[in-house]
Amino acid sequence: MTDFAPMSPAATQNRNSDVQKLALRWLLFAMLGLFALFYLMPLFVMVTTSLKSLEEIRTGSLIAFPRELTFEAWRTAWSGACTGIKCEGLQPYFWNSVLIAVPAVLLSTGLGAANGYVIAQWNFRGANLIFSLMLFGCFIPFQVVLLPMAMMLGKMGLAGTIPGLILTHVIYGLGFTTLFFRNFYVTIPADLVKAAKVDGAGFFRIFWSIFLPLSLPIIVVTVIWQFTQIWNDFLFGVSFSQAGTQPVTVALNNIVNSTTGVKEYNVDMAAAIIAALPTLLVYVVAGKYFIRGLTAGSVKG
Amino acid sequence: MAEIHLTDLTKSYGPTEVLHHIEGHIQDGEFIVIVGPSGCGKSTLLRMVAGLETVSSGEIRIGERRVNELEPSERDIAMVFQNYALYPHMSVRANMAYGLKIRKLSQAEINRRVEEAADILEIRQYLDRKPRQLSGGQRQRVAMGRAIVRDPQVFLFDEPLSNLDAKLRVQMRLEIRKLQQRLGVTSIYVTHDQVEAMTLGDRLMVLNGGYVEQFGTPIELYDRPASIFVAGFIGSPAMNFLPAEVKDGSVVLSNGVIIPVESPKEANVTLGIRPEHLQPEPEGAIALQVEMVEQLGANTLLHGTLQGTDKALTASVAGHATYENGEFVNFSAPASMLHLFDPETESRLEL
Repeated sequence: MTDFAPMSPAATQNRNSDVQKLALRWLLFAMLGLFALFYLMPLFVMVTTSLKSLEEIRTGSLIAFPRELTFEAWRTAWSGACTGIKCEGLQPYFWNSVLIAVPAVLLSTGLGAANGYVIAQWNFRGANLIFSLMLFGCFIPFQVVLLPMAMMLGKMGLAGTIPGLILTHVIYGLGFTTLFFRNFYVTIPADLVKAAKVDGAGFFRIFWSIFLPLSLPIIVVTVIWQFTQIWNDFLFGVSFSQAGTQPVTVALNNIVNSTTGVKEYNVDMAAAIIAALPTLLVYVVAGKYFIRGLTAGSVKG
Repeated sequence: MAEIHLTDLTKSYGPTEVLHHIEGHIQDGEFIVIVGPSGCGKSTLLRMVAGLETVSSGEIRIGERRVNELEPSERDIAMVFQNYALYPHMSVRANMAYGLKIRKLSQAEINRRVEEAADILEIRQYLDRKPRQLSGGQRQRVAMGRAIVRDPQVFLFDEPLSNLDAKLRVQMRLEIRKLQQRLGVTSIYVTHDQVEAMTLGDRLMVLNGGYVEQFGTPIELYDRPASIFVAGFIGSPAMNFLPAEVKDGSVVLSNGVIIPVESPKEANVTLGIRPEHLQPEPEGAIALQVEMVEQLGANTLLHGTLQGTDKALTASVAGHATYENGEFVNFSAPASMLHLFDPETESRLEL
C-alpha cells in the first residue's frame, strides 16, 4: 500500500526546504557580489582615470572605461610631476620610503623578537612590568609623540634625516613587535630552553638557533604589519623630514595639493596607485602567511 | 660515572621553603627513583641537581665536585624531559648532535656517537625525520638518544613516560632499565607512579611535602615503611589502616578484636595491614563485611568494612572467588605482617 502512496508530507517539506536553501544561497552570493563591487568601485575609478588623458576625463563619465589607453599619466607621476618647486615626480621619494621602511622594518622586527624572547622565556624581576609598559606604547597616539620626538631628534642631530625617521619608526613600532613575539614565544614550552641549557647553549645561541628558526610565521606577520605602518605613515614623515628626505606619502600629498592651473586627476590617481603598490604587493605575496601567523599562537607545533 | 651527594639541601621561593633539609648519598651507577605525589617537590629537586633551579642552602656534589654554582652544561649531566623537549625544527640527527656541536666535537666524532646511540635505541631509520613525524615512543627514544650521546656522568629523568599510553609505558620502562644497566650511568628518575618507581629503582626516595619520608630499596619500603605515608603510597591496592590500642602484648581493634603482637609499650596506634597479607581463614579474627568485589583474574579484591565498624578494609584473595555483597568473610593476619604506626607522628613503631 505504502508503495503507491503519494509523497509523504515529510518529503514535501524536505523538497521545500531544499528550494529555500538554494534561494538563500543565491541571495547570499548576490549580496556578497554587490558588496564586492561596491568596495572595488574606488579602485576601478582610480585605475581607469589614471589610464585616461586629461581631455577624456573632462569630457567623459567618471566610471566609463578609457576610450584610448595612455600611460602618460603614470610616466608623469613617476618622474615628472611637480611637488612644490621641483618637478621630478614620485621617484626620489619612493626610494626615500624604501630607504626608511626596509631598515626600520628589519630593526624593529629584530628588536621585537629579542624583547619577546627575553620577556617570554627568561623570567627576570619586573618582566611583566616592562612588558606592560611596552604594551602601553602601542596605545600612545602618534600626535602625542611628535614634540618629544622632535626635541630628541634635534638633540641627537638627526632632525630631518632618514636615520632620524628610521629611529622614530623603530621606537614607535617596538611596542607592537614586542607584543607579537612575546605572545608567540610564550606558547613555546619552557622545557625547550631548559633542554638547550643542559645541552650547553647560552642565551644568544638559544635565541639564534632555536627560537628564530621557529619564528617564521610571526616574523611574516610582524614584517607585514610594520611595513604597512611605516610605508603608509604620513604624520611622522611630514613632521620629521625636510626637502630631499620626504617619504612617498608626503610627496603624494604635495603632488595632489600643489598643482597650479588645471588639476591633473589622471596623474594624481597614478601617483596614488604607485604609492600604494608596495603594501599591496606585500599582502599578495605574504598574505596567506599573515592569516596563518595570526592564528599560529593557538596552534601547537 | 659518579657518586652524588646531597647535603642538607633546601629550596625556598621567597619566605616559603618547599624542600626541607634533603640528605642523600647516591652510589656510582645506582638508579635512584624520586617518587611522591604531585607538588611534593620531586621535580624541583631534580632540577636543582640539573642546575635549572638555584640551591637555597646546602650542597650538591657530583663526583668530587661541588656543583651548586655551576651552569647545567658544566655539570656533566644529561636530562630527559616529560614532554621530550625536542627541537621541533631540527631533524632527529641534529637534535642529538646539538649538544655535541656546542662542545665543538669533530664532525666525525659527532656522527660516530649519534649513530652508535641510534643503534642502541633502534632509531637509525628515523635519523633524518623531524620530531613531529615520530610517534610518542619514538620521540621518547630520541630524547634518550640526546642524553646518551653526551656520555654524561649522570642521567636525569623528569617523568619521561607519563605522556605515553599504558602499554608503551611498561615497555619503555623495561628498556630504560636495561639501557641504564648496560651503560652503568648513575641515574635519577622522577615519577609519581609507584609501580614505575618500584620496578625501576635500585633505591627509592619517597618525598612528601618537601620532606624525605624514606630512602631505601623497594623491598625495604614495602616490608618496613617508615611512615603511614610511605605505607599507603607503596603497594597496590593500598595498605589498610585501622585505629587500635596496644594492651597487654596485643593489639585491640576498635571492635574489640584482639591480635597478639610482641610490643612492650601500651599506646594508641594505627595498625597497618596490606590487603594481600590478610589470609582467608574460617576461624580468623578479622571479619570483613563485603560491599564490593573486584575480579582481577589472578586475584580477587574484596572491598568492605571491618565488622562492627565503619572502617574501610580491603582484602586480596588469590584466584577467583565468589562472594555475596553483605557477606562476612573471616581473615587472619600473621603478626609478622602487621605494621604499627604512631597516630600522632605517623611514623613507624617497631614491634
